[in-house]
Amino acid sequence: MIKQYLFVITCAVGLVLPAYTAQAAVDSHARNLAASCAACHGTNGHSAGGTPVLAGMDKALFVGSMKDFKSGARPATVMHQHAKGYTDEEFDLLAEFFAAQKR
Amino acid sequence: MSINRRDFLKLTAAGIAIGAFPSIAFAGSELLKKKGQRVVIVGGGFGGATAAKYIRMWSNNKIEVVLVERNQQFVSCPMSNTVLGGKRTIKDLTRDYGGLKKHGIKLVHGEVTAIDSEKQKVLLANGHLSYDRLIVAPGVDFMFDQIEGLDANVADASIPHAWKAGAQTVLLRKQLESMPDGGVFAMSIPKAPYRCPPGPYERACQVASYLKKSKPKSKVLILDANPDITSKKGLFTAAWNELYPNMIEYRPNAAVLKVDAASKTVKTEFEDVKADVLNVIPPMKAGAVAAMAGVASVDGRWCAVDFLTYESKVHKNIHVIGDAVSAALPKSGHMATSQAKVCAAAIIELMQGKQPDQNPSIVNTCYSMVSDSEAMHVANVFRFNAEKQAMISAEGGGVSAKRSEQEGALANYWLENILDDVLG
Repeated sequence: MIKQYLFVITCAVGLVLPAYTAQAAVDSHARNLAASCAACHGTNGHSAGGTPVLAGMDKALFVGSMKDFKSGARPATVMHQHAKGYTDEEFDLLAEFFAAQKR
Repeated sequence: MSINRRDFLKLTAAGIAIGAFPSIAFAGSELLKKKGQRVVIVGGGFGGATAAKYIRMWSNNKIEVVLVERNQQFVSCPMSNTVLGGKRTIKDLTRDYGGLKKHGIKLVHGEVTAIDSEKQKVLLANGHLSYDRLIVAPGVDFMFDQIEGLDANVADASIPHAWKAGAQTVLLRKQLESMPDGGVFAMSIPKAPYRCPPGPYERACQVASYLKKSKPKSKVLILDANPDITSKKGLFTAAWNELYPNMIEYRPNAAVLKVDAASKTVKTEFEDVKADVLNVIPPMKAGAVAAMAGVASVDGRWCAVDFLTYESKVHKNIHVIGDAVSAALPKSGHMATSQAKVCAAAIIELMQGKQPDQNPSIVNTCYSMVSDSEAMHVANVFRFNAEKQAMISAEGGGVSAKRSEQEGALANYWLENILDDVLG
């Protein structure tokens, strides 16, 4: 219920603010990319437990973590393998998408 | 080959019936009055349920979604081997479809009897559903006729494959509980491709985990039709040797040709094997609905699709996702959800007259529980390759360095999160 409510609000805001609408249109690729994270991190980054909540995560923190997973600077069980599959530009797109999600 | 011919005849017969007597074939009325654009999805497993939710969510609930599913409840195949090990019950893996209804998805519990790709209708016993686009997500069916002496009834009654989580999983667990100490559990693995590549080897671990505790003199015998362990080989071999020494015996190139249910004996090309508990996993093909839709064109078993949209290469406006797809991709629940999301996005864009995402990527993370507490995984990102028109594994994918309790915990959280993403 809460998620749906938030979704309605997000859509309403999108209608009122043209900038928001334009961004939402451009970002369908980012949205699709981010959907790959949902199996382990929850729909739109709302983790049901055990993995970090990505919804509302600070962009710099997201991008920094992904780059560290990719380089191996930050040890991981699974994330290094996923991070290596994406470009730095895609980290930015993902970061933007998740930062815009309400926690 | 006989299967292909038979399916072809069945299909042809259905086609003739539809062509000759359209008013009879689709005499039933429209089950749900169609107002706007409608997607009908057949199959409410990982793939179908995800597609249903994401089409609603990403279209701002504008596209009508009707999900046709034969079962009243969703039972997760991933992690169902732990029912055999005793860590979970089948109830722990069972969910209802209530969460999907909250998205405005219309659920129809019933059996599809035919699909008319010309008139764009799905036929059920009590009427039909018209569609603008159809998603076929039927999972797998079993090719029982490849193994003499085995059929669906024998599997239900005494030689369960338990390769769809449910009653057969429970039966197999009961058979293990009744097995005497010192008995032999024999399982067979079909030639790839089959659903869940590491699943059979995980099952051997789960059965051994139970036997080690309760019946330590018993044996697990794996008869693999493949020339070698098809997934996570090093990790599984280590788990077998270190956790269950002298308990698991692995025989490659051992396709089961014949089953004698009464004596619990299987025949391979080389030997007869008698067991106390017999778990024969037959070869698989796309679920029957794929053949009804006329889209199972690859060897009469699997469905060729465009990986930008998952639209069938045979029929327009019919999309196929999940295990039924012909691809060099693992047939896993997670993979089905990944394909479902690409398909959902593409369908929305196509219905809005837009071009679908030309650079899709999908992921798969697949944990195997090798004991009550330890797991290991394989994880990959797959990216669309325009030149090859295929999904290709990106750099960096691979398996765990070693099995661990940390990954066992992650596996449990994976299940919780993915079920929430699919059904919540």
